[in-house]
Amino acid sequence: MLQIEKVREGDVLILQLIGEVDASNSVLLDQSIQESLQPEIKVVVIDGKELKYISSAGLGVFMSYVDDFSERGIHFSIFGLIQQVGEVFKILGLDRVIAIVPDKTTAIALRK
Amino acid sequence: MSPKLILSCSTSALADLRSFIQLNLEVFGFSELDKHQITLAVEEVVANLIIHSHACNPNEIIHLEIKDLGKKVAVEITDKGDGFNLLEYEEPELRQVIEEKRKGGLGILLVKKIMDEIQFESKNGENMCRLIKKFPPNFK
Repeated sequence: MLQIEKVREGDVLILQLIGEVDASNSVLLDQSIQESLQPEIKVVVIDGKELKYISSAGLGVFMSYVDDFSERGIHFSIFGLIQQVGEVFKILGLDRVIAIVPDKTTAIALRK
Repeated sequence: MSPKLILSCSTSALADLRSFIQLNLEVFGFSELDKHQITLAVEEVVANLIIHSHACNPNEIIHLEIKDLGKKVAVEITDKGDGFNLLEYEEPELRQVIEEKRKGGLGILLVKKIMDEIQFESKNGENMCRLIKKFPPNFK
């Protein structure tokens, strides 16, 4: 089960992922990120505090937007990952491509 | 008796697969982190089979069995049809994944990084992928 909550704070969009991302629901994550690609959004932050599990289906979604974010000048980051999920990013070296930070304040401050 | 599971080839069955693996790894003394990673590796292989070998046809099935090999655990994943030998799969570079915006390709890389051994056999139209992980150092 995956639930995605969106919170807009000015030009910052926070996507809170609640549950598990796998091949059965990664399309929902894809849609949410696709919808975030708007000119008025400058920061996209994934709140991963309630993300219990992510498989390569979900990781692949993040990776497929790395260049889009960069081309549009959108600062993209992920915060609050539990240890097990954070380790999955590290195993693949995705933490060298995507900013993974401890909290929301740090995530939003990345734009400065 | 080795724990066994029969899964329908639908991605909605992946949550059941995770519960089965997590529950049956308890007895081997793995840490929460190890259990999480082994579960992920098994799911990656199974999801790959469901999507690419069985086209998400819920009428087709995959068998799983967890075996205690003494100092290591083996998860055997068996299916019928076109075999997918992940040992022969050349995983992409990260840069390639980003540039080609491909949403797949990372799964097999995860399996190879997480598991200690991967074996593949194909015989009489039946394929078996065996994922092996050593027990933690102080267990047994």
